[in-house]
Amino acid sequence: MAQAVADHPVTEQSGTNYINAQRGILSWLLTVDHKRIGLMYLVSTTIAFALGGFFALMLRLELLTPRKTFMDAATYNQAFTLHGAIMVFLFIIPAIPGALGNFVLPIMLGAKDVAFPKLNLLSLYLYWTGAIFTLSSLVTGGLDTGWTFYVPYSATTGTAVVKVTLGVFIIGFSSILTGLNFIVTVHKLRAPGVSWFRLPLLVWALYATSVVQILATPVLGITLVLLMMERVLHIGIFDPTLGGDPVLFQHFFWFYSHPAVYIMILPGMGIISEIIAVHAKRRIFGYKAIAFSSMAIALIGFLVWGHHMFVAGQSQLAATIFSFLTFLVAIPSGVKVFNWLLTLWRGSISYRTPMLFALAFMFLFTIGGLTGLFLGMLSVDMHLHDTYFVVAHFHYVMMGGTVVAFIGGLHHWWPKITGKLYSEKLGAASAALIFIGFNATFFPQFILGARGMPRRYYNYLDQFQPLHQFSTVGSWIIGLGMLVVLYNLLSSLRSGASAPSNPWGGRSLEWQTASPPVTENFEVAPKVTHGPYDFSTESQ
Amino acid sequence: MSTAETTARGGEQPALSPQFHVAHHFDSADTQFDAGRMGIWLFLVTEVLLFGGLFCAFAIFRSWYFDSFVEAHHHLDKVMGAINTVVLITSSLTMALAVRSAQQSKKELTAILLALTLACAATFLCIKYVEYSHKFHEGLLPGKWFSAVGFHTAHPGVFFAIYFMMTGIHGLHVVIGMILISWILKRTMKGEFSSRYYAPVEGVGLYWHLVDLIWIYLFPLLYLVG
Ligand code: HEM
Ligand SMILES: [Cu+2]
Repeated sequence: MAQAVADHPVTEQSGTNYINAQRGILSWLLTVDHKRIGLMYLVSTTIAFALGGFFALMLRLELLTPRKTFMDAATYNQAFTLHGAIMVFLFIIPAIPGALGNFVLPIMLGAKDVAFPKLNLLSLYLYWTGAIFTLSSLVTGGLDTGWTFYVPYSATTGTAVVKVTLGVFIIGFSSILTGLNFIVTVHKLRAPGVSWFRLPLLVWALYATSVVQILATPVLGITLVLLMMERVLHIGIFDPTLGGDPVLFQHFFWFYSHPAVYIMILPGMGIISEIIAVHAKRRIFGYKAIAFSSMAIALIGFLVWGHHMFVAGQSQLAATIFSFLTFLVAIPSGVKVFNWLLTLWRGSISYRTPMLFALAFMFLFTIGGLTGLFLGMLSVDMHLHDTYFVVAHFHYVMMGGTVVAFIGGLHHWWPKITGKLYSEKLGAASAALIFIGFNATFFPQFILGARGMPRRYYNYLDQFQPLHQFSTVGSWIIGLGMLVVLYNLLSSLRSGASAPSNPWGGRSLEWQTASPPVTENFEVAPKVTHGPYDFSTESQ
Repeated sequence: MSTAETTARGGEQPALSPQFHVAHHFDSADTQFDAGRMGIWLFLVTEVLLFGGLFCAFAIFRSWYFDSFVEAHHHLDKVMGAINTVVLITSSLTMALAVRSAQQSKKELTAILLALTLACAATFLCIKYVEYSHKFHEGLLPGKWFSAVGFHTAHPGVFFAIYFMMTGIHGLHVVIGMILISWILKRTMKGEFSSRYYAPVEGVGLYWHLVDLIWIYLFPLLYLVG
């Protein structure tokens, strides 16, 4: 394997790094080091993922039989609500920007930290506070509205709507602050030589994500405030009995939540661009196309929210326009997939764990994206809306896409974050388990949905049982795969070999500093003279 | 922009902004200043979107319940609203002058102007309080709480829901603004700001102008157009 020459040879493991530079719990809680904050985000979001995953396994277990297996209907409602709310608000939105983004973005720019380090810490604290509010509902009556909090039900149910919406509101601030911080950092803290078109594509992706976070999240904020007011004071903005409009809530909600799906997927796409270029030792094909498609997705993504409301009494004209725009927004995603494929073509691919996850991503995300087009089609969506087809669609993009990209990225940067190498064998095994388990779980759901199985039900017609059981067994395989990931990564901390500064031969800046990096990232202030993907294996 | 200490008045002055130093991760005071300013502007964008949702709700309900909105808005006190508009515009002026005098290292003048801004903000809130208590007294309240008599249209409660949400959240911003202004007032008195370092004054100033600007839209929409 041709090792790219590092521009700034690093004195291996000089001893101190960001992890052991200071000791004690307070040195973590009061840190302003973006790497430490990133690590705390990593631990927090992983815990959230485990909790959400636990609910997921329970849901699938309940669906093993057509009638009550072990939960009653009310418990099931609470379980899918908390599963969704935890996965969306506590895991997938904050995970990649908060954990990996915080860690690598400033290093990729050659900066010592993000622009506003204290604000960064505040955003972690807000995340924790919001998480506490959200999770407190677990012991105070649960929540059964679905993660979408639709009125009028959410204004009347006896469960803990206000606690959770308040939690989500607070987490929204955290999300805004992270986005704001990243945008300013990218504008103001690039090292000499890091021009806009020498930014690694992950940075472009995080930048586009931040734009969406800043523009969309405030609308969710005001929506949740109005919802809380409606519930506590009955002000009559959403409540139809007082003259309010529940459909207005849906518009507000999706005005945030469709762009939010791009908050979820864009960082994942950025990770995939990094992994594919580095592990195929190939200059990325169509750098600008990928960079601009991120921005295009971010902007067009604001104009398609109505596709969640095709059957909610929208005018035909509006529905047609939303349908058209939905097709439009799929184009930049397609552009990315083709660029990744062409990057792989004639690359010297090494099938290490990150690359395996990246390949899984490309396969799964493509299915997720294409089935989105089915749903964007008015006539088809009439039938598929609120069925398992939708459930399969968004799991293919969110789990098959974002979660797989996140795990791939975690393996890609793990040596950098911890200074340890994990077992490639176990890595490959976990990738295979997750890929197989994922398809086993969710592919049958496309068929179930097409045959009319509605979502959010705890029992079903007998004829659906074989596919449901298949799906449930698949969920156990995913669970096993996740445990292998966890074991592999954690055991590397104890017994893994120490990682060199540049294990994969990457060219972007994070590979030109020690693993793990020192507190202010670089021993010598970096100067950049080449692009992030100019590998020596290629004729320039 | 230049941070050169141009205003050194006579050689014997103490150092300007003695506490100020450039944070470790910025290469210069200029970069730090630009980054801070950009951060504030981005924050203001989020504020605009937050209120944007409310303006949107206003537009929709107004088109639905046009008659109710017209009828209900006559119950707002146009005189008080107008006075409050003048008060806030004045406060924006004093704030802008405060930023300018901070840039010129005129500590006492900055302090006076900030205090005037605070006074305007307080006046605004007092007038708002009087208005609110009238509404409460007459039962001109949102949704379920609406109990005023003599209305001929069906949904005045929706108008008052919008009215109270918009002016209430705006009022909250005024309160937060007062806290921020007090904070920079205190720091001004300690002599922390000068031509060398005045970023917080400018940042709070920008925020205050936005709060003012939002009212400038709220007043005609709610009080005059209805
Ligand atoms: C190629 C791009 C995509 C298209 C064309 C698309 C299209 C759609 C459509 C039309 C629906 C509404 C279906 C219905 O409720 O009847 C939908 C639902 C959904 N999509 Fe996508 N989508 C795309 C990408 C994504 C991505 C990237 C994510 C997340 C990372 C995502 C997450 C979701 C979720 C969570 C729902 C369900 C929301 C709910 O009702 O609970 N989608 N999608
Ligand atoms: Cu959508």
